[in-house]
Amino acid sequence: MSACSDCRDCGAASVVVFPGQAVSPKIVALAGPPNSGKTTLFNRLTGMRQKVANFPGVTVEQHTGVAELPDGRAVGIIDLPGIYSLTPQSEDEQVAHDVLTGERSDTPRPEAILLVLDSTNLGRHLMLAAPILALGLPTLIILNMADDLRNRGGHVDTHELSLQLGAPVAMVSARQGEGMGEVFEFLASAMPAPSPMELPVLHDVPKCRAWAGRIGSQASYRPPVPPKWTRRLDAVFLHPVVGPLVFAVVVVGVFQTIFTAAVPLMDGLRWLFEVTGKWVASALPDSIFRSLLVEGVWSGVGSVVVFLPQVLFLFLFIGILEDSGYLARAALIADRTMARVGLQGKSFIPLLSAYACAVPAILSTRTIENKRDRFATILIAPFMTCSARLPVYTLIIAAFLPNRPVLGPFLGARAAALLGLYLLGFLAAVVTARVLKSSILKSGHTPFMLEMPSYRWPTARSIGLRLYDRAKVFLRRAGTVILLVTVVLWIMAHLPTVNGHAPAIQNSLAGTVGRTLEPVIKPLGFNWKIGIGLITSLAARETIIGTLGAIYGMDPESQHGGLQKALQHDLTPGGAVALLVFFAFAMQCMSTVAVVRRETGGWKWPILQFTYMGVLAYAGAFLAAHLIG
Amino acid sequence: MQLSGNNVPPKTSSATLVDLRRGDAATLDRIDLPGEDARRLMELGFLPGARITAGHSAPGGDPRVFQVDGSEIALRRETARRLKVRLDQVRQAPGMP
Repeated sequence: MSACSDCRDCGAASVVVFPGQAVSPKIVALAGPPNSGKTTLFNRLTGMRQKVANFPGVTVEQHTGVAELPDGRAVGIIDLPGIYSLTPQSEDEQVAHDVLTGERSDTPRPEAILLVLDSTNLGRHLMLAAPILALGLPTLIILNMADDLRNRGGHVDTHELSLQLGAPVAMVSARQGEGMGEVFEFLASAMPAPSPMELPVLHDVPKCRAWAGRIGSQASYRPPVPPKWTRRLDAVFLHPVVGPLVFAVVVVGVFQTIFTAAVPLMDGLRWLFEVTGKWVASALPDSIFRSLLVEGVWSGVGSVVVFLPQVLFLFLFIGILEDSGYLARAALIADRTMARVGLQGKSFIPLLSAYACAVPAILSTRTIENKRDRFATILIAPFMTCSARLPVYTLIIAAFLPNRPVLGPFLGARAAALLGLYLLGFLAAVVTARVLKSSILKSGHTPFMLEMPSYRWPTARSIGLRLYDRAKVFLRRAGTVILLVTVVLWIMAHLPTVNGHAPAIQNSLAGTVGRTLEPVIKPLGFNWKIGIGLITSLAARETIIGTLGAIYGMDPESQHGGLQKALQHDLTPGGAVALLVFFAFAMQCMSTVAVVRRETGGWKWPILQFTYMGVLAYAGAFLAAHLIG
Repeated sequence: MQLSGNNVPPKTSSATLVDLRRGDAATLDRIDLPGEDARRLMELGFLPGARITAGHSAPGGDPRVFQVDGSEIALRRETARRLKVRLDQVRQAPGMP
């Protein structure tokens, strides 16, 4: 420790000298208000060396990473949630407060802080500097978006600001990578505790703002002129007539691309899994092991991995919409419609995404700060008709409904039935949202406040990191949960062995379970074969097709007509409608259950959701079977 | 709520953010919301004495974007109604230059 560490006299000279410590920090926290570009800076510092988890016991996400200094040393970085102050009002602020004060036993107390502020909005953002500096930890004030400030004619005297705050100040553009040298310099040699000239009463917002204004004018802060392009674009995107049209085009475009552009890639992946599966099969001797590997693991995991392109396309769009700033405008336009069911504008994109897959949709609810709105969105998302329901719907409709024209050449009976099923799921979601928002998830009077960030070009780097992160999460799930379920199912279908061979399906463990289940599902018009299908579809909905194909002793790929015939033989029209209704309502997706547990921080909500959707599915199917039967 | 009579300025004491139309500016007087909500609004720049300009809105006028303290914040009508303001100047009647 240098002898100068608590000597303020030498720091008050005209040159701000912060004597370095002998030891550099090992853990540094990244703090800042929402929309300060904190995440971009975090990505810049850590690149691919980052990890996403939840803080134990709460739903707040914990981003941690490692920054490698030029001399090869590593510094741990904790990216705290975006906060406006340290007065704990929301869960996010509570977590940020507890981490910074060392009150969270699961997270080590950071030894230094990087405070990220938007230099184009310094008047307001400087308010956060007061409670952060009051913590007494070495702090680097990062004035982000320096390029924006310069280009729009703004100015700040960083030297004077540094004197006033008693802490080093760096002008940075995290997007361009400008000024990162100073950040690494700070990380390499930790500074003594900050010594600001004065601090305001921390809990008094007007006094904090007045303090920030005073400090700003001391440092001759000149705010930049309003962003020209943001004004111009908003004149279009928030135009009373053109705005909603653009909104509709964006929504339809995203939806359409997810279903069209992703399809060739998905077909390609499916083909790859088939070919490699055949290759592995031909390379191995005929054995139980080969059967498990090829029919169980390979086709099971493969049937899920083929959805990867769809998931990535979805996150590509969400990434572009969010990083460019349009997502906030879309939320604004959708707000009134969503308010009718008790939700808010930010729930719109997750619910739209749920038409592709509920898992990325639930992950994307993180943009909703209001916890109750977020939970309500998570709970209704699985009602949206996801792409895994589509093959099941198509098969059953094709088997039971001749394709008569309904609306001339525009709409056939089969398409109309499909549309009806989409509508059914949507209605269930709306009704559930209303029920939730007027009971257990009532928001009370919490006002809706939505900050409109300036429009910016999304960077390939930030979008790329996001896709990499999501692909990792998705593939890890396919490699763990789905793999496990597939293997268990395969074993159940192959035990007990008869003379060393797999038993007939009705005598297998799976068959026994199906027949045990039969009395329960008989009122819905389902037999034990459908029962096994329902059990296997708990892993993922589309699994039922493969299962039924196997049970009927046919290959579903080559003999689609055969499977349809078998279904016609086994199901009454009432039973078929009941099966469709059951699939529309039931939460037959272990991945969704797992992701809800992760996102809500416990088993309470996923269990409630699974039960509710199951009861609704059973009651709906029962009604359908008896009304149509 | 004042719906008609643009040439008659609403009484200073009863004017709220809802009364502002696009381009109108006003000074915030007080926030009629419970402590925590008022605090969050203040952290976003809605401080007594702050100048607020009404901006674009979603179709139908709700929610509306307000420019305050260097940021653009969208508020729903139900919240904007709780923010009492003093209008900066008398609005001109439609049709007048």
